[in-house]
Amino acid sequence: MQVPAPFEYERATSVDQAIGLLERLGNSARLVAGGHSLLPMMKLRLANFEYLIDINPLHAELGYIRFEADEVRIGAMTRHRELLESDELAAAFPIFRDAERVIADPVVRNRGTLGGSLCQADPSEDLSAVCTTLDASCVIRGPGGAERVVGMEEFHVGPYETAVGDGEMLIEVRLPVRKQGGSAYEKVERRAGDWAVVSAGAAVWLAPDGTIADARVGLAAVGPNTTGIPEISAALWGNTPAEELYEQAGAIAARSCDPATDQRGSEDYKRHLADELTRRTLRKAVERARS
Amino acid sequence: MTTVQEPKTDTFDDNDQKPVGYGRMLRKEDPRLIRGRGRFTDDVQLPGMLHLAILRSPFAHAKIVSVDTSAAEAAPGVKAVVTGETLAGLGLAWMPTLSNDVQAVLATDKVRFQGQEVAFVVAEDRYAARDALELIDVEYDVLDPVIDVRQALAPDAPLIRDDLEGKTNNHCFDWETGDADETEAVFARADVVVQQDIVYPRVHPAPMETCGAVADFDAVEGRLKLWSTTQAPHAHRTLYAIVAGLPEHKIQVIAPDIGGGFGNKVPIYPGYVCAIVGSIVTGKPVKWMEDRSENLISTGFARDYIMRGEIAATRDGKILAIRTNVLADHGAFNGTAAPVKYPAGFFGVFTGSYDLEAAYCKMTAVYTNKAPGGVAYACSFRITEAVYLVERIVDCLAAELEMDPAELRLKNFIQPDQFPYTTKTGWVYDSGNYEPTMRQAMDIAGYAELRREQAEKRARGELMGIGISFFTEAVGAGPRKNMDILGLGMADGCELRVHPTGKAVVRLSVKTQGQGHETTFAQIVAEEIGIPPADIEVVHGDTDQTPFGLGTYGSRSTPVSGAAAALVARKVRDKAQLIASAMLEVTVADLDWVKGSFQVKGDPSKSVTIQQIAMRAHGAGDLPDGVEGGLEAQICYNPSNLTYPHGAYICVVDVDPGTAQVKVRRFIAVDDCGTRINPMIIEGQVHGGLTDGVGMALMEMISFDEDGNCLGASLMDYLIPTSLEVPDWETGYTVTPSPHHPIGAKGVGESATVGSPPAIVNAVVDALQPFGVRHADMPLTPSRVWDAMRGRATPPI
Ligand SMILES: Cc1cc2nc3c(=O)[nH]c(=O)nc-3n(C[C@H](O)[C@H](O)[C@H](O)COP(=O)(O)OP(=O)(O)OC[C@H]3O[C@@H](n4cnc5c(N)ncnc54)[C@H](O)[C@@H]3O)c2cc1C
Repeated sequence: MQVPAPFEYERATSVDQAIGLLERLGNSARLVAGGHSLLPMMKLRLANFEYLIDINPLHAELGYIRFEADEVRIGAMTRHRELLESDELAAAFPIFRDAERVIADPVVRNRGTLGGSLCQADPSEDLSAVCTTLDASCVIRGPGGAERVVGMEEFHVGPYETAVGDGEMLIEVRLPVRKQGGSAYEKVERRAGDWAVVSAGAAVWLAPDGTIADARVGLAAVGPNTTGIPEISAALWGNTPAEELYEQAGAIAARSCDPATDQRGSEDYKRHLADELTRRTLRKAVERARS
Repeated sequence: MTTVQEPKTDTFDDNDQKPVGYGRMLRKEDPRLIRGRGRFTDDVQLPGMLHLAILRSPFAHAKIVSVDTSAAEAAPGVKAVVTGETLAGLGLAWMPTLSNDVQAVLATDKVRFQGQEVAFVVAEDRYAARDALELIDVEYDVLDPVIDVRQALAPDAPLIRDDLEGKTNNHCFDWETGDADETEAVFARADVVVQQDIVYPRVHPAPMETCGAVADFDAVEGRLKLWSTTQAPHAHRTLYAIVAGLPEHKIQVIAPDIGGGFGNKVPIYPGYVCAIVGSIVTGKPVKWMEDRSENLISTGFARDYIMRGEIAATRDGKILAIRTNVLADHGAFNGTAAPVKYPAGFFGVFTGSYDLEAAYCKMTAVYTNKAPGGVAYACSFRITEAVYLVERIVDCLAAELEMDPAELRLKNFIQPDQFPYTTKTGWVYDSGNYEPTMRQAMDIAGYAELRREQAEKRARGELMGIGISFFTEAVGAGPRKNMDILGLGMADGCELRVHPTGKAVVRLSVKTQGQGHETTFAQIVAEEIGIPPADIEVVHGDTDQTPFGLGTYGSRSTPVSGAAAALVARKVRDKAQLIASAMLEVTVADLDWVKGSFQVKGDPSKSVTIQQIAMRAHGAGDLPDGVEGGLEAQICYNPSNLTYPHGAYICVVDVDPGTAQVKVRRFIAVDDCGTRINPMIIEGQVHGGLTDGVGMALMEMISFDEDGNCLGASLMDYLIPTSLEVPDWETGYTVTPSPHHPIGAKGVGESATVGSPPAIVNAVVDALQPFGVRHADMPLTPSRVWDAMRGRATPPI
C-alpha cells in the first residue's frame, strides 16, 4: 500500500461552503472529486496538500445532464459512468459514449468526474479532447457566487494548469447544440484502460446541401494540452465531405500537433496517428451527421 | 508408472466425494479466497506489532557519503532507524544470493541500482514509518552508471562491484554448452544459414500481492517466527539460519496465502532480513509490506537476454544445428535462482523439439546498475528464453526457405521412437510424441483454412498473421546428484497420516501461490488410497508443520512433490493391505485393491474399506505380526530425471494497417503435461500463462533511462494485460506420460508462459510479411509495430 503524507480532510456541504473553504485555505487546499487523478499523485507523493475538501457530497447538486433548446449542460460532478450510460447524451453527442468506452475501467468510471477530468488538465485526458471538439464552455464559480464562463481554449492554461483560480470551482460544462451534427472519438492505447498514445475527436455539422457547415477536431496526448486545430475547421468549411478532404485534414493534424517521444510511442508514430485518427473520426462523424 | 485417462466429461460430478482422485473438481481453496477469508501476510496482526518502511536509493550508482538519521529518530511514533552501518556492526550488511553472489541488505559503501535499500524505519504505524523516511538525510556522491548492457564490459565502464575482492570489471560469469567445433563444422557445410539478433527484454512478474513479512523474535526463547511471502519456506529457513546464525530449530517460517508468485517470491529480499532485524532491535513484532513501486523497481525481474541465434539447415528444410551467443544482464547482484551447476538455468534446452546434429551456446553474463533478479515470471530456469530463441529462429528459417512453418517443424521433430532422447547439449528428454500434439493444434485452428483466409486478406491489403510455437520444457528440478541450490538438494519430503475415522492429512514441502496445491495434492493422494479428496487436508507453507523440501517454482511441484505424495500414499496403502489381510483372514496376495477398499480375490462380498482399515489401525485388537499401530508414512522423493512437457501453440492476429495495433484474434494451445490430475486446474494454469505471454509479447517491459531511472515503477507505466487483450482460449491436450514419474505427470505451471510469446511474435511477424519484416522484438506495442512496418524495427534496448 502506497501511503500519502498527512492531510486534513473536510466534506463539503454546499458549493459555496466549499468555495469559502478554498478561499480561506488558499493553495494548500485542493478539492477532491472522484480522486482518481489526485489520490494516485498523493500516494506517490508527487503532490502533497495540507487540506482536501471532498465535494462528493455535492453530487446531488452538481451531477446532472440537462438538455436545453440550444445547449446541453453537464454538472461538474457528473461521473464518467453517468456520461457513458446516458442515451440522450449519446444521441446528441455520440463522441461522449465513444470516449467513455475507452476511458480507464469501470472502477475508475464509477467515481471519476467530468469536472475532475477537465481540471486535472492532463494533456492525455480524453474528456478534455471531447470538450475541445464540441466547443464547450466552462462555468467557473468564485467567492460570493460570482460566475464566469470560459471557452476550452482559455480553460487550459498549460499542462496541469487551468483558468480556475484559488477560491474558485468549476461547476458546469455547456455544450452548444446545432442541427445536423455528428461526432466521433477514436483512441489508440497500448492496452485497455491505458492513457491514450494519441486520441482524436471530430464533430461535423452539415448544411442542408450536404456540405460541411462547421467541423472541429480535438486531439489528446500530442502536446502540452488537448488541442483544437482551427486550421482544420477552416479547410473543411463549405466543402463536400470526401476522402481527399479527410486526408487533407489528417495532414494538417499531423503537422500542427506537438507530440513527444515517450514509452507510449515515438513522435513520428504519434504524428501519424494524429493523421490517421483525424481521418477516421471525421469519416465517422460525417456518417453520423448524415443519418 | 500408471496413467489414468481423465473422465470424458465436462461436469464436476461431486468428484470431491468420490474415492477416485483424478478429474475435474472445484478447488478446495477457493471458498476461502472467494469469500475474503484468505489470510495473507498483510493480514497478520499481532499485539504490539510495529511497521517498517525502507528508504531506497534515488540513484542507480552513487557513493554514500553520509547518512543522518537524527531527525527521523525524533519523529513521532518512530521506534528505530537502522542504516547499513548499523547492520555492518551486526555482520548483517551483506547476505548471500541464491547464486552464490552476495547482495547488500542495506547499502554501506555504494548504492548500485535505483531502489536499492539504504535504511529502514520502524514505527508505530505504516504512515509514521513512511513519513519518517523523508527525514533521513543521505548525502550521495553520484557515479556514472552502467545501464547499456552492451557497454558493461567496455574498458572504461565504471566498476560496479568494487565490493568483490580483486574485481576489475563488470563481468559476472561465462558459460557454454554443446560442442563449438562440431557445430562450426556442421554450419560450414550447411546449404542455408540464418542469423538473427533477438532480445528478450526485462520483464517483471508483478504479482497481485507484493512481497512482505512479519517477524516476531522472542528474545527469551530465542525463537523467530516469520510470516513471509515465500515460495520456498524451508529453503528460506535454512538460509536464515546460515545468514543470521540463528539455530534452525528455533526458526519457524510460515508462508500464509500468497497472492501470486511467478518466481518473484523465490529469493530472500533485504526487506525480510530488515523485518527480522527490526524485531530483534525493538523486541516487538514488525511488519514490512512493500508497496507496488517498491515491488516493481527492486524485486526479482525476469529475462533480459540479448541473443544472437543462428540456425543451419539443408535446402529442403532439415535443421542441422543451432548456435547462439547470449549477453545476459544480471543487474547489480547475481540474484538468479538456479541450481548451482546451472548458472544459466536450463537455457541448454534451446535445441527445442528438434533432432539436431550439433548445437552450441556461449553466454556472457554481466553486472549493470539495475535491480538484481533473473529468476522470476514463471521463472522456468530460463527455459522461457530458450524456447523463444529456438521458436523465433526456426520461423526465420522457414521464411528464408519459403517453407510453411508448421511443415518445417513437423519435418524436424524428434520422433517417438527416439525417446529417451539425449540432446546435443546433454539433456535427456524423458518422453514425447510431438506430431499428434501439433496436428491437434492445427486441426483446432483449421490451419489450412486460416492460410487461405490470410492469402485473401493479403490480396486486399489486410494484415493477418498466423504464428506457431512448439515447445519442450525441462521441469521438475531435480535429481540431487547434479541439482542443488546453495548446497540444498532438490528432493522433496511428504508425510501422510490417516486418522482413525478415515480422514487424512498430507503435509507438503511445496507451497501454492495460486496453483491449487490443496486440491491437486488431495486428488493425487485420493487416487492412490481411495479416500475422497474432500476428506484429505493438505497442509503446506509452515516449516513447523511440514517436511523439508525446496518449494514451488520451475513447475516442480507436481513432478517432484506430486511424485512424493503418490509414493507416500502407496506406502500407506501397502500397510493398509497388511491390516486388511488380517481383518479378512486371507493372505496379502489374495487381496485386490478396488479404489477405496481391499476385496478378497473372487469374492467381492468380502471386503474392507480404507476407513475401516484406518479404524482398525488405531483401534483395539491385534494387528498382524510386525505391524505397528497407526496408518501413516513419510518419504523423501529424489527424482531420477527432469520431466519434459511439450505443447503446440497457434496464434492468429490481426494488425490494423492504419494504427499498427495488434489484436490477438485466436489462440490455440494444445498441451501435453503427461497424466492430467485436475483438467480444470491445468486449464487455469494454461489460461494464466497465455495471458502472461500476451503481456510479454505486446506490452510488458521494465526499461530504464540513461541515468538508470526505472521507467516501469507503477502499473500505469508497466502494463499488464487485461481480459480485453486476450481472446477466448482454445485448449486441447495429448497425454504422453513421463516414464519415471510414479503417476506419469509432468507439470504444467509454466508451459503457457514459456510457449506463448514466440507464437504471438511469430504471428505478428507473419502479419507484417508484406512489409518484408523478418523479425521484430518484444514488446510489440503499436509504435514499435509501426516502426517495423516502416522497415526500421529496432531492439527495445
Ligand atoms: C487507472 C486509471 C486509468 C485512467 N485512464 C484514463 C483514461 O484512459 N483517459 C482519461 O481521460 N482519464 C483516465 N483516468 C483519469 C480519470 O478519468 C480521472 O477520474 C479524471 O482524470 C479525474 O477525475 P476525478 O473526478 O477523479 O478528479 P480528482 O482526482 O478528484 O481531481 C483532479 C483534479 O481536479 C481538481 N478538481 C476536481 N473537481 C474540480 C472542480 N469541480 N473544480 C475545480 N477543481 C476540481 C482536483 O482538485 C484535482 O486537482 C484514469 C485514472 C486511473 C486511476
